Amino acid sequence: MYGWLLLLPAMALLALFTHYPAIANLWHSFLATPKGERPAGFVGLENYEQLVEDPIFWQALSNNLWYAVGTIPVSIAIALLMAVWVNDRIPGRGLLRLAYFTPTVLPMIAVANIWLFFYTPEYGLLEQFTGAFGMPSHNWLGSKSTALPALMIVTIWKEAGFFMIFYLAALQSMSPHLADAAAMEGASRWYFFRRVTFPLLMPTTLFVLVNAVINAFRLVDHVVVMTRGGPDNATELLLYYIYEIGFRFWDSAYAAALTMVLLAILGLCALAQFFFLERRVHYQ
Amino acid sequence: MSATLNVFESRGLGRALETAGAWVLGFLWVLPLLYAFWTAFHPAEFSARFALSAPLTLENFVSAWHAAPFARYFLNTVLMVTMVLAAQLVLTTLAAYAFARFEFPGRNVLFALVLVQLMVMPDVLIVENYRTMTVIGLKDTILGIGLPYMASAFGIFLLRQTFKGVPRELDEAARVEGCTPLQVLWKVYVPLARPTYLAYALVSVSYHWNNFLWPLIITNSVEARPVTVGLQVFSATDQGIDWSIITAGTLLTTAPLLIAFLLFQRQFVQSFMRAGIR
Repeated sequence: MYGWLLLLPAMALLALFTHYPAIANLWHSFLATPKGERPAGFVGLENYEQLVEDPIFWQALSNNLWYAVGTIPVSIAIALLMAVWVNDRIPGRGLLRLAYFTPTVLPMIAVANIWLFFYTPEYGLLEQFTGAFGMPSHNWLGSKSTALPALMIVTIWKEAGFFMIFYLAALQSMSPHLADAAAMEGASRWYFFRRVTFPLLMPTTLFVLVNAVINAFRLVDHVVVMTRGGPDNATELLLYYIYEIGFRFWDSAYAAALTMVLLAILGLCALAQFFFLERRVHYQ
Repeated sequence: MSATLNVFESRGLGRALETAGAWVLGFLWVLPLLYAFWTAFHPAEFSARFALSAPLTLENFVSAWHAAPFARYFLNTVLMVTMVLAAQLVLTTLAAYAFARFEFPGRNVLFALVLVQLMVMPDVLIVENYRTMTVIGLKDTILGIGLPYMASAFGIFLLRQTFKGVPRELDEAARVEGCTPLQVLWKVYVPLARPTYLAYALVSVSYHWNNFLWPLIITNSVEARPVTVGLQVFSATDQGIDWSIITAGTLLTTAPLLIAFLLFQRQFVQSFMRAGIR
């Protein structure tokens, strides 16, 4: 009884802002968007039919998958490299940690502004650099082929330092006796990393992986600032598309159907995490 | 962070190469920031031209500060972050205590329901939460920004782990002394969980200070807008693309967090580590 009382305030808020909206969203995805006085009528799967036939939705989905594929492995690899480096007693270790980690504490929106300037045609640092080598001017965020990769670089820059922290924590909790023993057996540094360190870091890698996947679908602040989904929908990501449909075209029914797709993706992540990773931790 | 001796640390040429690599990467990582600093602290004609003779100026910061009600935005952010953190600390403590030390029917089911929020964050449920806020009349208020985040699954999870690590004997001793369960919580559990609270507070403050999409949707007036949304409104409206002023505004809005981070670097990094190991 006491337990219930202690839980009540938190559960009430969770129910109101997590469980209820998830279920209400499903219901609303079967209704039409209310217009003026006319209440929302039941339209069955109509919103989903619209979704299947909407080329922008498919593009947003495929962009989002490419975005995930393009950012996650690279940022994890860089994070691991950073962690190994700053775990060694390398000269200037404190400064390097600071340099790697700083982007993590900045708001994505500020980061996006800084990079927007960095990418500016002719003025930006990138253009000055390529210009110095005599390369022609290029509008990195303005052309279809480079806009999404340009956003990916921003994401990698922002997230690698964050993931580095988790690897660093794991590396520091590793027993030094392992390395001693391996050295005695005549293992090389690379062999030791490949056969001992990396497998021992697997739980960390999975944890980071899950976080990275969620972030790839959850964080679109930089899209709002840098490209607004353009040019020609080349940087349209799923959540940003939901935002556009829901709050610029005010089509809440279609936005609900789109949200269901996003929830399904996150649900799959949850299942994957549950089966591969968290079982041991959550229910001990 | 102790420097443990590692027999596999590189030596000689390998060491030099790795050090160089680490420094090149570090330089690449701070480059965009250094560029922003250069632009913000120099007159507009030097915004993209590098000359040692370029005079330093604070003019851009002054212009940015006067171009938008940043003082009000800062006040809103501080109010919102404080409100969210205070509510989170109370709610998550009570809930974590219940999960860690009480037996009651449905405990595991409820805990699973809490964990749902780790995946389905309020960030994703923007359409429905906007509808709810309209109904309860909290649209365009500071409370409206914070309310969906106040019951934090992450916090409950983190504190539950910590509370479970508290020896039962301490709990029982306090009860023998005649403490009520709430007094036990306050006198035994909360003091022992101080490092977890610090870690959680830092992570929460930086998350909510930086949060953007939901505040962008739910606010539309100067009185409620946090500084992130304020920055976006400021840089998206006609500044005539004066990059000096926009970068100055950007640095201005991140300054408090950046300075706090530089001062408490160690605590920040350790807090993020602590929050990550679970």
